[in-house]
Amino acid sequence: MSVIQDQVKSGGYGGQHGPGETNYINHSKGVLSWLLTLDHKRIGLMYMVAVITAFLGGGLCAIALRTMLYLRAAPDVAPITAGTQDLYNQLFTLHGAILVFMFIIPAVPAILGNMILPLMLGAKDVAFPRLNLLSWYCYMAGATLFLYVLLSGGLDTGWTFYTPYSTSTTTSVAAATMGAFVLGFSSILTGLNFIATIHMLRPAGMGWFKMPLFLWALYATSIIQVLATPVLAITLLLLCAETVLHIGIFDPALGGDPVLFQHFFWFYSHPAVYIMILPGMGIISELMATFCRRQVFGYSFIAFSSIAIALLGFLVWGHHMFTSGQSAMANAVFSLITFSVAIPSAIKIFNWLATMYKGSISLATPMLYALAFIWLFTIGGLTGVFLGALSLDIMAHDTYFVVAHFHYVMVGSMLTSFIGGMYYWWPKMFGKMYNETVAKIAWGLIFVGFNLTFFIQFIAGSQGMPRRYADYLPEFAFYHKFSTVGSYVLAIGLFVVLFNWIHSLIYGRKAPQNPWGGNTLEWHTSSPPPHENFHEDPLVTEPYEMRAWDYDESIDGYVFDKDKAIELDQQSHH
Amino acid sequence: MLAILAQAEKTLFLPPARSTVAGAHDGLYNFVLWMSVFWLVLIAGVMIYFVIKYRRKSPQDKPVGPTHSTAIELGWTLPPLILVMIIFVWGFRGFMDMNQVPNGAYQVLVSASKWSWTFTYGGGENDSVLHVPVDTPISLVLNSTDVIHSFYVPDFRVKKDVVPGRYNKTWFQATEVGEYNLFCAEYCGQGHSAMVTKVIVESREDFLAYLVERGKWWEGESPAEVGQTVWVEKGCKQCHSVDGVDGTGPTWKDVFGSERKFADGSPRVADEEYIRESVLNPGKNVVQGFDNVMPTFQGQIKDPEITGVIEYLKSISTHYDGQLLEPFPVSVPAENSGSPGAQE
Repeated sequence: MSVIQDQVKSGGYGGQHGPGETNYINHSKGVLSWLLTLDHKRIGLMYMVAVITAFLGGGLCAIALRTMLYLRAAPDVAPITAGTQDLYNQLFTLHGAILVFMFIIPAVPAILGNMILPLMLGAKDVAFPRLNLLSWYCYMAGATLFLYVLLSGGLDTGWTFYTPYSTSTTTSVAAATMGAFVLGFSSILTGLNFIATIHMLRPAGMGWFKMPLFLWALYATSIIQVLATPVLAITLLLLCAETVLHIGIFDPALGGDPVLFQHFFWFYSHPAVYIMILPGMGIISELMATFCRRQVFGYSFIAFSSIAIALLGFLVWGHHMFTSGQSAMANAVFSLITFSVAIPSAIKIFNWLATMYKGSISLATPMLYALAFIWLFTIGGLTGVFLGALSLDIMAHDTYFVVAHFHYVMVGSMLTSFIGGMYYWWPKMFGKMYNETVAKIAWGLIFVGFNLTFFIQFIAGSQGMPRRYADYLPEFAFYHKFSTVGSYVLAIGLFVVLFNWIHSLIYGRKAPQNPWGGNTLEWHTSSPPPHENFHEDPLVTEPYEMRAWDYDESIDGYVFDKDKAIELDQQSHH
Repeated sequence: MLAILAQAEKTLFLPPARSTVAGAHDGLYNFVLWMSVFWLVLIAGVMIYFVIKYRRKSPQDKPVGPTHSTAIELGWTLPPLILVMIIFVWGFRGFMDMNQVPNGAYQVLVSASKWSWTFTYGGGENDSVLHVPVDTPISLVLNSTDVIHSFYVPDFRVKKDVVPGRYNKTWFQATEVGEYNLFCAEYCGQGHSAMVTKVIVESREDFLAYLVERGKWWEGESPAEVGQTVWVEKGCKQCHSVDGVDGTGPTWKDVFGSERKFADGSPRVADEEYIRESVLNPGKNVVQGFDNVMPTFQGQIKDPEITGVIEYLKSISTHYDGQLLEPFPVSVPAENSGSPGAQE
């Protein structure tokens, strides 16, 4: 309690600041003030520009390849030739590689994590600001290598780089693997930084179980980033060693074993799936609490389920190889552990639903994304049960069923939580409100478009449509045409979001300090925050105790009643 | 019951079931499907109900709800846990039936290369379309000459990767005469999507006629006879006898299927992959009591010849009691009773 009282004595709290105030965006000017910045918020913004650019690139590849598949339904318009096969193979490879390595993995930790994690801790910055800037430069170096790949003949191995195809193709495999290698360092450095920051910079009064759940999720993610990403680096180096020096590791012609590559690759890439989804789950916990305006239900179960998913996620890589010829025993063990991951995922869903019970549910745009997440993640998770079952996976492996499943999880769930989180923290990041009506229309287009695009792929895959096919038999034409139309709706929705964001930067109404009434510490400073994050140390209480925030119609936001907060905090200790 | 399921036509989700394991697969598929529908409806239903019932009345709302209950947490963890364990066991048993090649199955060699399939029968016949007799268990030995491919016939619910340097095995028993699509399911480069062919399931009489018509590939020799020729012509016999007496190298008699002990003391059963390795990379597995003197035959021996050597070793080993790759025998009994999977 003494901590709180000291803070009270230290003077007036937060509140509204005048229009001439400085914030982290206008704190200093010039290109160098950005390129050499050590401010986690500016690094977050630089990540945002880079990662969203990558998303546009990878997304355009997707629209192009879906269009090719649509036109395939009219062979006289688009006959299949070696050229169109190559183009298709390059498009799906770049689509996957760009979006996995340059969008899904960095999006939430590098943009929202960088921006929000120190604020949530009431800290001035991350533990190692220089390392943070270095991670951004690693990202840019990796992105440059991918750009080189685009200009130097492309890549046609699929994002998985399976040997011996990847060691025998003439496309730019070496540059692409080096790109992924360097991007991996960006990921490792961010993870390392977050672990150190959460351990070292938690304020007095914030024990582990008073942390916002987003931080638990980022912590679990960081553990995976630090432990798993080096395995990818080793794998890619071995691949380069084989390609360049002809040392037989994976290529049977040189005495290697191609399935070994798959083990190495998935030992990283399966945990990476949880690098993609765990931070998104953390965002959903925040959104559920704020927009139901009450304490989350089952805080410790949600927190521990993040850790459980992170650890179990290391033990299931073999479920990508059920048809590879690995032993029946190995298959059985991997199948069993795979099913065990279903449990912590289900626990999260149930706890979020229970948080809605007796809440005060607002359907503001971020909450709509949280609700969409529950729908999409439930479908993604349940179809994972099909794939975990050995006999069903034999049939579904490498078909559109798998494509639909991982898009529901990695795109449906992760992308909706990312966009939801962006909308949630947008006022904090930029000090501007967005147009709510346009934002809701975009949400509708994305939700409908996504389900149109991908649900039908479960059926196409169950019927036997293999993935990574530039061409297909006539009986699959309906599914492909339908899916392509859906993808256009989805793309339009995403462009409306982009428009909505840019529009708000120029024309948006000034955002209040706390438009949603959340109580995590980022809402205890002005929007956007000052360079040093807080005008004074924020009051640390239960993260989801929101009853000390009162709605003020004149600013369309919430104002903090500090005495009430202290009173509520004292009550909770009795 | 399963026989009826197996004859089912194409449904919204699944293609027609045309093999003995398809019924069991489809049973589990439908169970998981309906379980998923149940959970999705329940979760979405509760979510929508709460959104309506607890919709925000005023931005001043300060609701208080329950924040934790260990009993509830454990309670709702149990049903999904039990369900996934049932599905795990069910899926595993189905997989074992799909994976375990039944005794007496008729063997066909499947060779995949960019971007075509070659199917080779015991009499030396080969073709780019797979012909099989109906109601007969067919065992497939899969090998790739270049990159990884995957053998996939949706109507039979069968898929297995075709990996260079390995002999993967799988099997199926088609239940109805007809033509079925056969896909390559593992991405293999430019022509991947064109690596599609047919499985033609025909009556036993038609199949025999087909074999006669296809002519012979190994000049009338069975693969084991090819192996014997290799043994003479490639000079294997200089060091490896077939009468049980060791020379510079161990005798070939009774090697296949036996447990080998290596110089470092580690044991290994001599299977197809061991034989292939010993031909291509002899220094890797030096048997106890012998010196590492054998040269590699990498690049000097063709894959069918290695297959021949393997079959020859099988034919002279008392440790091997399985089938040999042989011309399709007129007298093989039809297996109408089906696979282990169909007995449930």
